[in-house]
Amino acid sequence: MTYKIPMGPYHPALEEPYKLDMICEGETVIDAKLHIGFNFRGIEHLAESRNYIQVIALMERVCGICSNIHTLTLCQAMEQLTNQTPPPRAQYIRVVVAELERLHSHVLWAGIAAKLMGFKTMFMTCFEIREKVMDVLQAISGNRVNYSMNRIGGVNRDIDDPLAVLAMIEQLEREMVRTVIPIFTTSTTARSRCAGIGVLTNQRAISCGTVGPTARASGLPQDLRRAAPYAAYSEMEFEVPVQHDGDVRARLLVRALEIMESCKILRQALTKMPSGDINTGDAKIVFSTGTATSRVEAPRGEVMYSVSWKENSRNPSRVHVRTPTFANMPAIRWMVMGARLADTPLIQASIDPCYSCTDR
Amino acid sequence: MCYSRRRSPWLFHMNGGSCNGCDIELIASLTPRYDAEQLGVRLEGSPRHADILCITGPVTHNAVNAIKTVYGQVCGPKAVVAIGSYPATTNVFIDSRTLDGPLNLHLPVDVFVPGCPPRPDAIIQGVAKAAAILAERAAKKLPANPVVMPLVGPPCNGACCAPTNKETTEVQS
Repeated sequence: MTYKIPMGPYHPALEEPYKLDMICEGETVIDAKLHIGFNFRGIEHLAESRNYIQVIALMERVCGICSNIHTLTLCQAMEQLTNQTPPPRAQYIRVVVAELERLHSHVLWAGIAAKLMGFKTMFMTCFEIREKVMDVLQAISGNRVNYSMNRIGGVNRDIDDPLAVLAMIEQLEREMVRTVIPIFTTSTTARSRCAGIGVLTNQRAISCGTVGPTARASGLPQDLRRAAPYAAYSEMEFEVPVQHDGDVRARLLVRALEIMESCKILRQALTKMPSGDINTGDAKIVFSTGTATSRVEAPRGEVMYSVSWKENSRNPSRVHVRTPTFANMPAIRWMVMGARLADTPLIQASIDPCYSCTDR
Repeated sequence: MCYSRRRSPWLFHMNGGSCNGCDIELIASLTPRYDAEQLGVRLEGSPRHADILCITGPVTHNAVNAIKTVYGQVCGPKAVVAIGSYPATTNVFIDSRTLDGPLNLHLPVDVFVPGCPPRPDAIIQGVAKAAAILAERAAKKLPANPVVMPLVGPPCNGACCAPTNKETTEVQS
């Protein structure tokens, strides 16, 4: 006999409000339904009534974890419409902030995953290290969550002393290598909870259209930083970690390896940072009629913005956002099928869902 | 009894459509760097075990009924802390048609912690204030008005007055 177990929308295992209805047979999940929309704030509609400066502040608040990525993508799209090219130093600063954001997002995810495994010590350790990433971000931007770094034609704040930041990054990398990475990769507690559960096969990952670490853990080597480089990524050397198992442990490993790659990119960006202006100045911004799209690799996968503008208008006529969780969400259904009920909170968290991005 | 209410406030955290920023900062305030546990603060999984309801987010249509239900489930005496500018004013989302905010239209809010998002130290200060209110409330001395906390953070170096922020305040006014 099958029965339905609703999880959420307000549940201690969920960071955000959404509802997962699980159809179970005994302890085994045979199907799942996902209900979202509890965070629907109508941001895309609001964006149409905001001018080109206000819309950046509005879009920064789509998501508190990847706030910089949203403004970066929006600004890149608006730069196409205004025919502006950010100076090289601005491109490098964008890379630094984007990678720091990836670091803090992955460590945060590690903490949340550890909490769901019941491994509270690892949760505390991850959050302690995350605070060090936040220190670097605060030293650069003055803020902890909404950095407001991006503007049309560059960035708002300069990194005055890249070498001082580099010293902080190196200390951070040592901490990562000493604690977070071994917990991720070799700890038996983590392995026993993660190995072989929530498997997403390569075929299924393609048919669901997954992106980001979820796709890379299922053997799809896709990364926009490599495939369609934006900002200064074409000048960086890094690898795209790919795992083939498709289980929760593979997703854990992909993120652990990405933390190391991010440190590598940060070191290159900070040492090679060119001098010069950080934005194109305060000249009047003129938009041309048209639609511009921009794609960026966020910590969770590909973010796409499509911005439409009419000439002589202060407001965009349409801002469309496609977030990585929207692409990864359908995969949850295939992951939880056949899983034990007790594993489902960890499995659904393994795609690193962000429903405030998805609902907007 | 009042002493123990003040010294061990248990929290229930509710996301009323927030952007995750305040939620992460609330969790960060419980972790070793900020260590809210020194005040006896614990995050609880059930509203029935909690004393203080921490609400983030601008209160969306879909969340408002759940927020009222959960408020009803918290055993008295109870206190409500609104974390961030969203529940206080709905911030940049003002005029949105899918919001039912601000929060004080639906619940009596005791402490507003301003900031977008507030720093973890400010959240801890807000929770400590709510714990004091809770103790007072237990002794049947109810506070007349919600308390607005002052901003906690590094002194302004001009960086926070970037054009984007100025525009945001204009939207609010």
